[in-house]
Amino acid sequence: MNEKRKIRLATCSLAGCFGCHMSLLDIDEKLFDLLGMIEFDRTPFTDIKHCGPCDIGIVEGGVSNAENVHVLKEFRKHCKVLVAIGACAITGGVPALRNNIDLWDCFQEVYLYEGGLEGNQIPNDPELPLPFDKVYPVYEVVKVDYFLPGCPPSADTIWKFLTDLIEGREPKLDYEMLRYD
Amino acid sequence: MEPREFPQIEQQLAPVFERHGREANQLLQILREVQEIFHFIPPAAITCIAAHLGVPRTRVEGVAGFYSFLSLKPVGEYRILFSDNITDQMQGNPELMRYFCHKLWLEPGKVSEDSLLSVDSTSCTGMCDQGPAALVNGWPLTNLDHERLDLIAELIRGRKPVCDWPPRLFEVKDNIRRSGTLLGEPFAPGAAIKATLARGSAATLLEMEASGLRGRGGAGFSVARKWSMCRASPGEQHYMVCNADEGEPGTFKDRVLLNSYADLVCEGMTVGARIIGATKGFLYLRGEYRYLLNKLEQVLARRRAAGLLGRNILGETGFDFDIEIHLGAGAYICGEESALIESLEGKRGRPRNRPPFPVTHGYLDQPTVVDNVETLACAARIAAQGGEWFAAMGTAQSSGSKILSIAGDCARPGIYEYPFGVTLHEILDDCGAEDSYAVQVSGPSGILVSSKEFGRCISFEDLPTAGAFTVFKRGRDLLQIVQNFAHFFAHESCGFCTPCRVGTQLQKKIVDKIANDHGTVSDLEELKQLGHIMQTMSHCGLGHTAPNPVLDMLKKFPDAYQHKLKDLAFEPAFDLDGALETARNITGRDDTWAHLP
Repeated sequence: MNEKRKIRLATCSLAGCFGCHMSLLDIDEKLFDLLGMIEFDRTPFTDIKHCGPCDIGIVEGGVSNAENVHVLKEFRKHCKVLVAIGACAITGGVPALRNNIDLWDCFQEVYLYEGGLEGNQIPNDPELPLPFDKVYPVYEVVKVDYFLPGCPPSADTIWKFLTDLIEGREPKLDYEMLRYD
Repeated sequence: MEPREFPQIEQQLAPVFERHGREANQLLQILREVQEIFHFIPPAAITCIAAHLGVPRTRVEGVAGFYSFLSLKPVGEYRILFSDNITDQMQGNPELMRYFCHKLWLEPGKVSEDSLLSVDSTSCTGMCDQGPAALVNGWPLTNLDHERLDLIAELIRGRKPVCDWPPRLFEVKDNIRRSGTLLGEPFAPGAAIKATLARGSAATLLEMEASGLRGRGGAGFSVARKWSMCRASPGEQHYMVCNADEGEPGTFKDRVLLNSYADLVCEGMTVGARIIGATKGFLYLRGEYRYLLNKLEQVLARRRAAGLLGRNILGETGFDFDIEIHLGAGAYICGEESALIESLEGKRGRPRNRPPFPVTHGYLDQPTVVDNVETLACAARIAAQGGEWFAAMGTAQSSGSKILSIAGDCARPGIYEYPFGVTLHEILDDCGAEDSYAVQVSGPSGILVSSKEFGRCISFEDLPTAGAFTVFKRGRDLLQIVQNFAHFFAHESCGFCTPCRVGTQLQKKIVDKIANDHGTVSDLEELKQLGHIMQTMSHCGLGHTAPNPVLDMLKKFPDAYQHKLKDLAFEPAFDLDGALETARNITGRDDTWAHLP
């Protein structure tokens, strides 16, 4: 019997807290079902560093620095369907709270003022990702196919969304899965 | 700037409180006066007002924060607001504002070091026929040019009070270019009231019905129906409200009606009051027309003296009616009738849920009629001259005449009165518009009409309008015009419902993106989808109509945006490399990783 080709799935977290990834893990024993249907490409679970050709890419977190853009563009290039998951990826979320603070004020507060980090100088190593003036939502940098809202979306919501997508249905979430109060 | 102390504030506010009493309804009127005294609303004043009216401090701050002419932070002793309506922009306002700021070493939106002056922009001030225009401490400046700005700069440097500035700076002309029965025929004050009393209220209502008069504010609801519904609604008090919050960019007909035909308008209110049984009326005057306040108060005083307002009008026992003028404070949304009522009650101008409609639950939850200025002027004519006379003009479903405020690319901007049914061709000929490319009928919330459609006519059947008629000649950048409208709606959304609050912002961002050469085909799709959501999901008319100019452009004017689009299916919304510039400067980095292609 010809085994069906498994769906390839990649995930990453940009300026996020990995909360959405934790929520994905919260599907608990259904992880085994999931692994029956998909195989992981780049994710924090596999520790693969670069994304290869994939069917689905899931992006958590907003775009806060130059490195985020490189990761995001790689995802967009290799993933047929790109999903922005959680408040930070969709709107910038908590990290975007810094958007109302001048970047220079941020740097001074962290690196130069007393009580900040030691050394009293602003780091300039090329290995460090260079921050943007603001935190941007993912859709402003690449085309996004699906937005999965929540902070984080519940495990059930993620499961329903993923199984719909993997089984070739247009994802549909009931009202209950999208209400948070 | 050091926070200023106001030790005498209670004494300073005492006369304001004295004038307005302790009703919380007066909150907005009190705040307006406080703004005029201190040039902002000091925190100490908020505390004082809250205590005086017995409302929470947050309520006062909430209202003060809502209206754009009220400011919680100090503005200059002289505050100049340049009108950023599209016609003012076409007449060169952005350049004039830069010139003025440069001359006085000033940045727009900031207060000068010595607290003397601040300069900013504001939504349409209703002077489109004599722009470029601005407001100085609430008073309109017209026909601005470099020479006038030089003079203004001198006056400010010399700290001359605005009331002592040369009157020619503040001259506002009526510019009536074409008048019909409403504007052209003489009217003797009292004639409509006399006819109403002679005929009786029920018979006058029948005349209104026979006239087929429909509301001139844009929606076109039958006046006779509105009045009879209100008349039939039980309540402790009935109220008659004149909506003079003429905020639609490009509209200025109410300015002229209130300046030169105030008797007609008051008379319409009085006739309406007689029919619905109101003893109290309000004229809600937009903040931009504050300069008309004294003149209108004089008209009211004269009418009281002549027995046309007050107790026992024209000797009719029990016919009591008087009018109070309420000033707005720079909020387009207050033109929506339920938001206007909220504002009359001294609250934020947030549209109410409808139903119930104001005719049953309006001002203070009592039956209330809200009518446009022009509607009331028509009503006075009908009461005096009868319904059939009026119905003989216009088209089947649009009786009477319509006043248009014509501005933009034409030789003779101003006020034109036409019987309904007139075609755009005819209007454009009359106002001296040559090589016209598009006309924005009824303002940004109305319809953008292309030159192919100039055979269409002004009427409720075809092109309904609240009065604005803005002409654009060939060669105008339509995308820039639509961008101006998108910015306007994003600024004026009241923020209450998400589809409008967020939708207007997203719409503005996407139109900006296209204008900045970053747009793609997917952005056009996004605009269409967004427009659909706003039209179907918003709480009130502002959100329903805010996507109109964008959608009209997409449909009728592909040339306006197609050359701006990138071939790619997607482009980032912002300049990626540019957004790293700040951090590059701070860190001093310029390596490969500090750049993005």
